[in-house]
Amino acid sequence: MLGVGAYRTRNRPARSEVLPVPIGQMTWTLTDHQGRLVRPSDWAGRPVMVFFGFTWCPDVCPTTLSDISLWLEELGADADRLIVALISVDPERDTPDALAGYVSNFDPRIIGLTGPADEVAQAAADFRATYRRVDKEGGDYTMDHTAGVFLFHPDGRFASIIDFHEDRRFAVPKLRRTLS
Amino acid sequence: MKHFLLATTLIFSAPAAMACETVTIGDLTVEHAWSKATIGAGRPGVFYVEIKNSGTTDDALVGITTPAAGMPMLHETVVQDGIASMPHAMSVPVPAGQSVQLAPGGYHGMLMELTTALKEGDSFPVTLSFEKSGEVTVNVDVLSLRAEGPDCADAGQ
Repeated sequence: MLGVGAYRTRNRPARSEVLPVPIGQMTWTLTDHQGRLVRPSDWAGRPVMVFFGFTWCPDVCPTTLSDISLWLEELGADADRLIVALISVDPERDTPDALAGYVSNFDPRIIGLTGPADEVAQAAADFRATYRRVDKEGGDYTMDHTAGVFLFHPDGRFASIIDFHEDRRFAVPKLRRTLS
Repeated sequence: MKHFLLATTLIFSAPAAMACETVTIGDLTVEHAWSKATIGAGRPGVFYVEIKNSGTTDDALVGITTPAAGMPMLHETVVQDGIASMPHAMSVPVPAGQSVQLAPGGYHGMLMELTTALKEGDSFPVTLSFEKSGEVTVNVDVLSLRAEGPDCADAGQ
């Protein structure tokens, strides 16, 4: 245990710039897929899993949501207290209704969040996530975005990230550590 | 009742069987063609497939066409420094003696300007154009938005 503590202390200054802030220090206000306002304080005392995406995304986002749904099924009732949220980086197209139609295809514990552009930007800043609009021919566009899944302990501290290409077998053990 | 159950089983297993259909052209084997259901026709669809080159000459997938979409393109999901982007792939190499997969999180066909929403259980044709072997058409099964791939007995081989 001492070794772990020393390691964390030694690495803290270098890594803190890129780590998400604790949930309790976040300042965004978003709207969920049922039209309800959600603030970070609503998540107090509960473990949290968040990822950024958009519903016009054909590959990464449904793949991540399918994976998350499988993890939640494997965890069963243990994951009932877990907050699981997709934050849209494309609020222009992802209205609460658009998100509702999308998340209904996955585990019912997954919520969709969207909001005004400045609130989405605030959420991304709090999570240290990035996103960028990429215009395509014919007026269409897509979004580049942080693909990892962020995990937070029940007290709001950042726990870890499940990377997009990480071996999915490690995801459920990571989640179990976050839940406890 | 027994007949009813049997008929139901056949109906539900038919789409999966189609994704397991194998098409060959020259030294190339094309199989496990599938897609995901879309919500409406506004969002893009996706196309996944496996291609095996059992010959001694390198080939490449250079394009796809389908009546299901006005602008089908080859894309590759690239995750760099934790950020996912989806650049247009000019071609997907199919080296001699190797298999390539268009699969979730990697190369995929992006079906823009869908003519109609893709519904689970539907199927549609996609014509693949190869640099050397020419064109071949496969039937693509639409699985659920949650699907991770077709359930074929030989999947992954």
